[in-house]
Amino acid sequence: MSVKKISKDDFAVFVDALIGKTSVIGVQAKGDRFDFAPLESAKDLRLDYDVTLQPPKKYLLPPTEVLMTFEIGGAYHSQYQDQPFVLLGVHPYDMVAINQMDELFQQDNYDTHYMKRRDNATIIACDVVKPSENVFASSMGTAVVRGGYDILLTDVGGAYVVESGTPKGEKLLAEMKGTVADEAALKSRDAVWSKNEKGLNRHELKCDAAYLPRLLEKAYDHPVWAERAKTCFACGSCNQVCPTCYCFNVQDDVNWDLQTGKRERAWDGCLLDGFTKVAGEHEFRNPRSDRFRHRLYRKAKYVPPKIGGQIACVGCGRCVAACLPDIANPVSVYNRLIDDLGIG
Amino acid sequence: MCQCCAEKKDIYLPQLATVVKAEAMNVTERYLRLSMDDGQFDYTPGQFVEVSVAGIGEAPITITSSPTQKNGFELVIRKIGNVTNAVHNLREGAKIGIRGPLGDGMYPIEEAKGKNLVFICGGLGLVPQRSFINYVLDNRDDYGEVTILQGTKCYEQRLFVKEVAAWEERADVDLLETIDEPHNAWKGSVGVVTKLIPKIKTDLKGAVVLVCGPPVMYKFVLMSLEEYEVPHENIFLNLERKMKCGVGKCGHCQINNVYCCMDGPVFRYSDLATLPEAI
Repeated sequence: MSVKKISKDDFAVFVDALIGKTSVIGVQAKGDRFDFAPLESAKDLRLDYDVTLQPPKKYLLPPTEVLMTFEIGGAYHSQYQDQPFVLLGVHPYDMVAINQMDELFQQDNYDTHYMKRRDNATIIACDVVKPSENVFASSMGTAVVRGGYDILLTDVGGAYVVESGTPKGEKLLAEMKGTVADEAALKSRDAVWSKNEKGLNRHELKCDAAYLPRLLEKAYDHPVWAERAKTCFACGSCNQVCPTCYCFNVQDDVNWDLQTGKRERAWDGCLLDGFTKVAGEHEFRNPRSDRFRHRLYRKAKYVPPKIGGQIACVGCGRCVAACLPDIANPVSVYNRLIDDLGIG
Repeated sequence: MCQCCAEKKDIYLPQLATVVKAEAMNVTERYLRLSMDDGQFDYTPGQFVEVSVAGIGEAPITITSSPTQKNGFELVIRKIGNVTNAVHNLREGAKIGIRGPLGDGMYPIEEAKGKNLVFICGGLGLVPQRSFINYVLDNRDDYGEVTILQGTKCYEQRLFVKEVAAWEERADVDLLETIDEPHNAWKGSVGVVTKLIPKIKTDLKGAVVLVCGPPVMYKFVLMSLEEYEVPHENIFLNLERKMKCGVGKCGHCQINNVYCCMDGPVFRYSDLATLPEAI
């Protein structure tokens, strides 16, 4: 795949041209923070952002999504949104999360709804310029990414180094001005990568991330779960902002004519009351401490075997920022376990 | 639709079935015989379906009929939530949505061949077990001794009364039944189902034991089986969980790292013993 160097002005021209052709979702300022939103002009794009309020997940797995329509007593009809779009400005840790979701939604039972959106998405990732307040991607090995994107941008001062990762990205790259990236540009990019590999680490995990499944093997009955959960509101904010949380509910909505309706899926969260409650009121995982533990076990023990051993926490730090009682920080929980239980 | 999706089926899309027969079994349980409109339905005892009522939602229900009985398939549904209440209103000829059969954790129909079988059922637990019981009775020569323990809360809630009576009359089935609450019309044993375990004539050590009942029942049954040194590999438990997707995505039915919908609903006890969330 090719690597180009393109000036920021030329890149803005490319983005504006892209907006004219397709739907572009890009990172923009939202008050004094940042978020992904439909982009109307390249001048609103903020590739110097630290972290977005919500991960780009919502464009691949929307908060609510119509799976099918139905007639009462009649047939069900699959519904798909079939529109190409560009996700512009995805940070490496969020890209890793998308790569993980791609694997999870394809394996065992292929989810056509997720994959339809995914196939329609063109992802332009970008390396981090400014670390966010709570990022710990370096600890999780997700500070840089080597795949999944169609194009990867790296800010090397006055210009971007742009590399395609797929044939789709290669085609897009051909439409960009710029020159073949020279040695100096590639060296500058290497420097950004080296810096980020260590520098996106506001919370430092005291072990190699790959050790976490083994750490959790001996931590199930540790007091930290109950201690933390004492102040948990079970609000599900940690689930909501997480780029790797993908649990969902399914619910029916009957139309005003009472003859037709739709079945939707909507985000759900394992911290919320009733997540495991069946008719008859039996709740299989009820205590908040159990639910709190389940989230972190899912990230670092239950999901990893499904995704080739990767930890399903990418170190974005959003849950740290979103948690009102300040108990959600995975690193502080894991470090506490390491302090008490040791490594090995 | 892109080529890759066009080749894949929508895993969430129910197929239509027709209610061929529907009747009340008692105040809370309703019996349904369904036939898939496209005619296709192959299943193994222990598997479940997602029953879909358009406008209300879906509920996971284990199939109660045996695949050896070829005329559609049967469900018994307790009226307890939104979907199951709606199912109770369906009459013969009505259309219903079905996804499945689902669940890779099925009854061990091959492994149990040649062995003695003990079914321990609590209340509605008879419903899933009936699928394997009738499968065994329809392939009677393939299996050893068959013992069925049935415990029901009260006399009025006994299920498949005629069928159970017919099992009791068979010389090749040992049926032991109890009800929790005494009743004038009931002359049999009174008390919980674990009370029947000492009365099992089959040598439990070599038997395959299949357990299904309310969550509270499992621990007591397992404690009792422990006294008879039943190997944990030979005990199979049929578990219930909240399920939405039924295909290993939505996360609701997770029991620690396993999915009740994918890895179950029938589990080998030795596979569950390390999972604190199982019981």
